[in-house]
Amino acid sequence: MHPHHKALMTDLERDLNFASKKISARFILLCITLLSATAMMAPAQAADAQTKLYGVITGSSEQPLAGVGVSIAGPDGFSAEVETDSTGAWEVVIPTKGTYSATINEGDLPAGQALTDPTKGTVKANVFMPGVELRLLFPIGPGVEKATLLERSVQLTVDGLILGLIIALAALGLNLIFGTTGLTNFAHGEILTFAGLLTYYFSTIAKLPVIAAAPIAVVLSAFISGFLQDRYLWKPLRKRGTGLIAMLVVSIGFAIFLRYFFLFLFGGDTRQLPQYAGQAGLELGLVNITPKSILTTLIGIGFIVLATLWLLRTRMGKASRAVADNPALASASGIDVQKVIQAVWILGAALAGYAGVIVTLNQGVSFLMGQDMLLLIFAAVTLGGLGTANGALVGSLIIGLFVQLSTLFIPTELKYVGALVVLILILIVRPQGILGRKERIG
Amino acid sequence: MDILFIIQQTLSATLGVNAIIFALAAIGLNMHFGYTGLLNFGQAGFLAIGAYSVAVPVISFNISLWVAFLIGIFNSIIFALLLGLPTLRLRADYLAIVTIAAAEIVRQIARSATFRDFLGGSDGITGKFASEFFDLNPFKQGLTTPILRFSGNDLWVVITGWMLVAIITFIMWVMVNSPWGRVMRAIREDEDAVRSLGKNVYLYKMQSLIIGGVIGSIAGFVYALSRQSVQPDNYGTALTFFAYTVLILGGAARVFAPIIGAMIFWFLIVFIEQVLREGVTSDVIPDWLIGVNQVGQIRFMLMGLGLMLLMIFRPQGIFGDKKELALDAKA
Repeated sequence: MHPHHKALMTDLERDLNFASKKISARFILLCITLLSATAMMAPAQAADAQTKLYGVITGSSEQPLAGVGVSIAGPDGFSAEVETDSTGAWEVVIPTKGTYSATINEGDLPAGQALTDPTKGTVKANVFMPGVELRLLFPIGPGVEKATLLERSVQLTVDGLILGLIIALAALGLNLIFGTTGLTNFAHGEILTFAGLLTYYFSTIAKLPVIAAAPIAVVLSAFISGFLQDRYLWKPLRKRGTGLIAMLVVSIGFAIFLRYFFLFLFGGDTRQLPQYAGQAGLELGLVNITPKSILTTLIGIGFIVLATLWLLRTRMGKASRAVADNPALASASGIDVQKVIQAVWILGAALAGYAGVIVTLNQGVSFLMGQDMLLLIFAAVTLGGLGTANGALVGSLIIGLFVQLSTLFIPTELKYVGALVVLILILIVRPQGILGRKERIG
Repeated sequence: MDILFIIQQTLSATLGVNAIIFALAAIGLNMHFGYTGLLNFGQAGFLAIGAYSVAVPVISFNISLWVAFLIGIFNSIIFALLLGLPTLRLRADYLAIVTIAAAEIVRQIARSATFRDFLGGSDGITGKFASEFFDLNPFKQGLTTPILRFSGNDLWVVITGWMLVAIITFIMWVMVNSPWGRVMRAIREDEDAVRSLGKNVYLYKMQSLIIGGVIGSIAGFVYALSRQSVQPDNYGTALTFFAYTVLILGGAARVFAPIIGAMIFWFLIVFIEQVLREGVTSDVIPDWLIGVNQVGQIRFMLMGLGLMLLMIFRPQGIFGDKKELALDAKA
């Protein structure tokens, strides 16, 4: 029997499965799953593999939590205590097979963070053979038991506004590109991933401080994901007269290509930046927020204000709105349409790149980061009205707030479902989106 | 290089279970996209509905598998109605986003811990829910020849599956060549013109969505039966995108396109994968360039690249007629 035979037919399935499993990292906050050894054994195939229990403890918005104690008890009086490192990771090497139990030290959790299900502070792990690595999950949410409803609402509102800002940064570019070229770009999420990866590589391989790596990543994102992408992919397609639906499908193919190219280069895990990964939060009244979040949010707001001013005040910005309105007329009145589109791509890629940097700083970077965000970005843009710049902002804030605040009433793992349901409901009432113009639908 | 092994694997995949699943999913999309112009990006949702509808009733409620098929078809009709009511009045690109969102809703609910007792959570459902089907199998010994190789169960799925594909393709052929089919194509080309002739476009689109969705859920039946398990994460957006690739490869708005497309798609995937794998293990391709575990990733990159190039240089696919399919029309 050929050694590869077994792996063949299910390979696509496994790869698809794997891709979605990574997405789901954020949905498993609530469910304590001992991922079966089959799913996790792949890295443990080496002959001298150790048997271990491991996990990554992340908070309500997937930020890694450092310094949280985990104690393990097992057969033959085995016991061990570990603390999570700055990336929220912990691991314990165990001697034999048997049933182990892991207990998280709830006192170590920062304020505003607590187990979403207080009965799940201890998880059992059944290690049925040596050499396996079992991953244990502790679901952490915004302090269900600790905080009052008011405190949780305020915290979630702030979380929601920050998420909304990240979505808005990405959505603005998507919407401007749609407005000027008609392209529904399914590869927009990969701009976020690319900028996140650049930040990671500059701060690890080139050993730059993150504060220097981030701006370089944004500038390179504007140049590579914006200028070069438009110049060498989309501009030639527009010249060929490729139809809009055809371009949409091309963008899907491009997104798949890039995503697996990133996987090829970077591997499948989520990695944290060397600095600021487990930064402690500040208590500001009812809200717990990290300094890096405050800084990145303020800069993000600055970017959005600048982009809006650019659209409203500058010649190029006004021209871009003219092109969005009627390309033929704009061209006839002396506007260089291709140049406007180029400017829009550069701006859009810079903003999306910065959104990628924020996500990377807060949650770490993985090759699926952009894909995870894409549906939310689309939801925001559709909600606000495709092709309308301020519609994207309104839609993003609504989606961001809704995703976070809905966890007051529904399980955390279903929060994205709630946002998507709201999207569909609003479209029944207002098919053109909240700020969309009626003639835009058909 | 073990060339015979490569040929055997490639041909078995060309005629195999996965080709059947993708052919059926693409036939459904052909109804939606090829003939009616509906940009449904939620086909994976229909497959998931079909797959869960055969697994859950048999495992949890001890209902006969044959009744479960009817339940699956009923559920997919309900899903099509739910999806169609709000979205069919939307423009093509809105429709795409809303349908992709709906399919994700299905997947995330299916994998959630909240409904775990019922739907199995992220581990999905595994069990002998298809035994009623496999008990009928007269070819339990399977098929082993130098160029084709199927296990007993796979052989039974392959034989019944291709028969199913043939029947559905025939029905499609009758439908699209009827007056009803011509109305569909007219809607794709110019909705307003059809409306001015007094046809209820909305109703026609809904019929298209339901028929294509039911065919998609039948693809889900095959998916669930062939594995005897349902994994929620197999029904992600990638499944829909690859079903589109199959359709476009064959040529949208051609009755036989999904079948040919699915065969070529799986032929290429497995062939490239096998050659790469052999190349890596026999050190023809150096290790620093591609590791053994990276072969799958390279294959996905090529699939993405292939979809791009196909759409740019031959959007009508292999058999399509560029004039028939107005892909260049406004979205």
